[in-house]
Amino acid sequence: MPVRIQTKDFDAGAEVAALRRDNPKVGAVASFIGVCRDANDGGAVTKMTLEHYPGMTEKALDKIVSEAKSRWEVMDVLVVHRVGELKPTDQIVLVVVTGAHRGEAFAACEFIMDYLKTRAPLWKKEETPLGARWVEARSSDDEAAQRWEPPKSSAA
Amino acid sequence: MKIKVLYLASLREQLGRPGEDLEISPAGSTVAGLRALLMARGGAWQTVLAQGKALRVAVNQEMAQPTTPVKPGDEIAFFPPVTGG
Repeated sequence: MPVRIQTKDFDAGAEVAALRRDNPKVGAVASFIGVCRDANDGGAVTKMTLEHYPGMTEKALDKIVSEAKSRWEVMDVLVVHRVGELKPTDQIVLVVVTGAHRGEAFAACEFIMDYLKTRAPLWKKEETPLGARWVEARSSDDEAAQRWEPPKSSAA
Repeated sequence: MKIKVLYLASLREQLGRPGEDLEISPAGSTVAGLRALLMARGGAWQTVLAQGKALRVAVNQEMAQPTTPVKPGDEIAFFPPVTGG
């Protein structure tokens, strides 16, 4: 399964090793780990809770992985996203992409994260000294995702 | 027709329920129609689902548009813009 939603932590080293095991064609492994910060929007964050839409979240991530594989020459992809209660310094998300060369692996990894942040049904609620608040979507995330859109056809 | 409606994340809290099984009239046979039927309940429904609010809708776990049809047995989810990662 290239996509996993789980409450428990992940071991990035073990996941990378498993993904490229016995594949001598792999020349590049690109990975990204998203981590829970202790501050957001200028305020302290003591804890966060991640919620997902069981079923749809996995489907949406599968679709993003399929699209990445169709757009770049990569071999294997793994996405692990945690849900439930997390605290600052905890790992949130892992994306690993293997391929023959780094350029394609880097691009696919970044694309997957940009699309995950704007298209996968996941929501963060932060606990702050002033109370709990749902994290607002950022326009900078939309802009990051938009740069991967194919150019619009000029045909009428 | 019978449908299942889900309210996720902040919408669940604002509307005070995680979802419900509904029997709706043909007026609710599109996403926009269903949204209007729910808004007609007034109170929080009217403000939380108001036009112009950043809101996403999925039908059978696929992202939907206002014109997307709603059919018997469908699962329709209302939720805010996503913030994972």
